[in-house]
Amino acid sequence: MTRVHDMGGRFGDGPVVPEAEDAPVFAENWHARALAVTLACGALGQWNIDTSRHARERLSPKDYTRFSYYEKWISALADLLVEKGVLTREDLQGQGAAGLHALAERALKADAVAAALAKGGPASREGGPKPRFHPGQAVRVRIPADSALVDGGHTRLPQYAAGAHGYILWLHGTHVLPDSSAHGLGEAPEPLYAVRFAARTLWAHAEHPEDEVVLDLWQSYLEPL
Amino acid sequence: MPHDHPDHPHALLPPDPALRVKALETILIQKGLIDPAALEEIIDTYQNRIGPQNGARVVARAWSDPEFKAALLADADPVLVELGFYGRQGEHMVVVENTALQHNMVVCTLCSCYPWPLLGIPPGWYKSDAYRARAVREPRKVLAEFGVTLPEGTSVRVWDSTAEVRYLVLPMRPEGTEDLNEEDLAALVTRDSMIGTSLAKVPS
Repeated sequence: MTRVHDMGGRFGDGPVVPEAEDAPVFAENWHARALAVTLACGALGQWNIDTSRHARERLSPKDYTRFSYYEKWISALADLLVEKGVLTREDLQGQGAAGLHALAERALKADAVAAALAKGGPASREGGPKPRFHPGQAVRVRIPADSALVDGGHTRLPQYAAGAHGYILWLHGTHVLPDSSAHGLGEAPEPLYAVRFAARTLWAHAEHPEDEVVLDLWQSYLEPL
Repeated sequence: MPHDHPDHPHALLPPDPALRVKALETILIQKGLIDPAALEEIIDTYQNRIGPQNGARVVARAWSDPEFKAALLADADPVLVELGFYGRQGEHMVVVENTALQHNMVVCTLCSCYPWPLLGIPPGWYKSDAYRARAVREPRKVLAEFGVTLPEGTSVRVWDSTAEVRYLVLPMRPEGTEDLNEEDLAALVTRDSMIGTSLAKVPS
């Protein structure tokens, strides 16, 4: 089973409505605030990108569906801040303790923003298991697609690819495994591959016999064929 | 175990999204956990400094310089680092080239992964349920909604950004641009053409 965010291939969403190329980056001022507050909180170092993605995915299906994009961000951020013990439920209700927080010294300062954004957070790691697959090799995606490590846990294996047959396009390197990293189980780096699938093997009514979909998949998501 | 809260803490904040953001921001500022000046700096960065103009420069250079293009397609990261286009959400870049035989298109079905240092913050449609759900299953219908119809002989390859690798499409250079310099070429490179939902503009 999967969570509500895993929507690749879903039917019923209606047309995509493109915006003008020169439309504002942030349609509303609060969108910009939501993004900035989320990034600034990330700098407190209490979670990683996989944890924060999982927090959004754990919004209830009802909330996930009705919330706009940045509503998901800010709501999941509030949930995460409480879950990680940074804020209390009383804080969110405006009834928390006054004064500076113990983590305040870690707060991202304006003069450190440019360096922090430029530095990024690479996911590649040295070591880890040796690559098991080579470019061109036929593979099958694991089934079921849900996290093998944690019941209901984070994974980056979309449901639509579960059990599908594809071919290794190339090896990206060894990358942190989100399924582990999101849950504080360690980075557990693994070889990460670009894997190509014929659209007609994924969809009963593919649009064109030559079309393909490529996914980035970790070694433990794959089996040799 | 992940916690599936029956009562998510976010429900304690005001329901209106603008007020919800404001309330959380205020609490965090009072506790010294975020610095208002840092927020302004982050917003200014993505509103004014980092955007598709970066990607357009890379594409225009690739159109003009075969050696640069070959290096970019072979291993984009060192090339982009040298140009200063490295950073958050662009740590592992792959550039994929459109040809007469193959058109590339990028999506993130699971969230909204996007090459920030080259394209900035993704547009609303890229983050929409409709795009995330449909781009992998019916890319040609989605392309039609952007006004693009590909020839029958062109296959579509859709890249679902499921890891920390970020993809940039190198669109085909429009005909009749042989005499243009890099700056004029960059003006033809739209954001959507580098996501793969559009083609580069034809000079007027």
